[in-house]
Amino acid sequence: MSRYDTIVIGGGLVGSAIAYGLARRGLKAALLDEGDVAFRASRGNFGLVWVQSKGIGVPEYQRWSRLSSELWDDFAVELRQETGIDCAHEHRGGVTICLTEQDFAQRRQMMERLRLESGEPRFEYQMLDHDELRKLMPEIGPEVAGASYTRYDGAANPLYLLRALHAALLKRGGHYFAHSKVATLKAAPHDFTVTAGGATFSAPRLVLAAGLGNRELGAQAGLNMPVQPERGQILATERVKPVLGMLTLLVRQTAEGSVMIGESHEDVGLNDATTPDVQQALAARAVRTFPFLRDVRVVRHWAALRVMSPDGLPIYEQSQQYPGAFAATCHSGVTLAAAHALRYAGFVANGALPAELARFTGKRFDVQKAA
Amino acid sequence: MFKKLPDAGAATVTVLIDGKPFQAPQGCTAAAAALLAGATSTRTTAVSEAPRAPYCMMGVCFECLMEIDGAPNQQACLVPVADNMRINRQPGKAEAKP
Repeated sequence: MSRYDTIVIGGGLVGSAIAYGLARRGLKAALLDEGDVAFRASRGNFGLVWVQSKGIGVPEYQRWSRLSSELWDDFAVELRQETGIDCAHEHRGGVTICLTEQDFAQRRQMMERLRLESGEPRFEYQMLDHDELRKLMPEIGPEVAGASYTRYDGAANPLYLLRALHAALLKRGGHYFAHSKVATLKAAPHDFTVTAGGATFSAPRLVLAAGLGNRELGAQAGLNMPVQPERGQILATERVKPVLGMLTLLVRQTAEGSVMIGESHEDVGLNDATTPDVQQALAARAVRTFPFLRDVRVVRHWAALRVMSPDGLPIYEQSQQYPGAFAATCHSGVTLAAAHALRYAGFVANGALPAELARFTGKRFDVQKAA
Repeated sequence: MFKKLPDAGAATVTVLIDGKPFQAPQGCTAAAAALLAGATSTRTTAVSEAPRAPYCMMGVCFECLMEIDGAPNQQACLVPVADNMRINRQPGKAEAKP
C-alpha cells in the first residue's frame, strides 16, 4: 500500500492540472491514468482558451473562465520554466464569426447579456461588422456578416500542454501511473483506498477527474456527476504560412502552420468515429468563412468525446458523505487548465471549496422536493 | 548519387526540376526524377526548415513533399512524371493565398 496526500483519478488535462497544482504546493500526489483504452478527450482537443461564449445566465462560469484565461499568461511561462516545454500559448483575443445578419443580431444580444450579467470586473466585448472585421482578418469571405470579439480568448497546443503538465508533476515529486484503471474504490471521510493497475493507493484526499468515467466513480464517493459524451469532429490541413491573424471558434491556425477546423456537436453515445457528412459540413462552413481554404488540403480528420454535464457547466464539489473527495469535470480542459492548477488544487489542498464555486455543485441535478 | 537500373526503358519525358529541363525515364515518379537529376534535398521542413529528401519512396513517410505543377505539398514519390511537369523544391511552409 502506497500512502499519498492526494489520489487524482484521471490523467487527462483536468486531472493532470490539478495533480500538478497539488504537487507545486508540496503535496504528494498520485495521478492514476486508465490508458489508451479510455476515451481520451484531452488527445482530441481543439486547443482554444475560450471565454466569449461561456456562461449565459451563469456569471460564475463566465468569471471562472475569464479568470483562467488571465492566469494562463503566467501559467504558460511557468510550465516552460518548469519543463522546457512550450505550450504555444497565445492570447491575442478571438472572434466568433456570423455568416448571416440574423446570427449577427442574435450574437450581439447574447454578448450584451453576458456583459450585463458579468458583475465586476465587467465583461467587455465588441461587435465588428463586415468591414471592421475585414481590417483584422482580410481573409474573410463576402458572405460574412460580422463577428463578436473579446480580448479574453486565446489558444494553446493541447498535446504539449498535457505533456508539460505530466512533466511538471513528475518534477515536483508527483507520481504518474499509466495503465491504472480503478478496480476498487473504498471511501470513508478523509480516508480513501484505491486499487488500480495491481497496486493499492491510500490518501486523505481524492479528486475525481476521470472524464466520462466520473459518472460511475462519483457514485462510489458520494458525488453526483451525471456526465454524458458529446462527439466533436476536427479537420486539420497541411501546414501553410501564417495567414489567419486571429483566432475564431470555428477555425484556427496553429503555431506550426496547420489550419484546424472544428465546432461540431453530436449526441451519439460512446462512438468516437468520424463521419463524411460532418466532414463536409465543417469544410463547407470553413470555406464560406475563409474562401482561400478551398485550395488548402485536409490531411487529418478525427473525433473525440466531450465530457458534458446536463447543463454544460463544470461540476466542482466536495462530497458531503465522504469529505476529502472532490469532483472535477468540465468540457474545457485547456481553457480551465490554469484555474485548475493554480486555484482548484489549492481549494483541494485546503479542504474546502469557496462560495464562488458553489454554483457548480452536482446537487443541482438532484430531483427537488416539491414541498 | 542515384543511378537508374540498366534494364529500365529507354523512353524519356522532359520535366522541369526547379526550372531546369531534365530527361526523366517515362513512368518514374517526380521524386525519382528529382533524385536522378542530382537533388540531395527536395524540401525544407515546415517548422524548423531543416533539409529533407525522399525517404520511403512508397507514400508513407511524407518526406518527399514538393511543389508539382504549382500545387504545394505533393507526395512526389506517388506522382508519375509527365511531359513538361514542373517539379519544384518546396522551401518551408506552403503558401496559402487568401
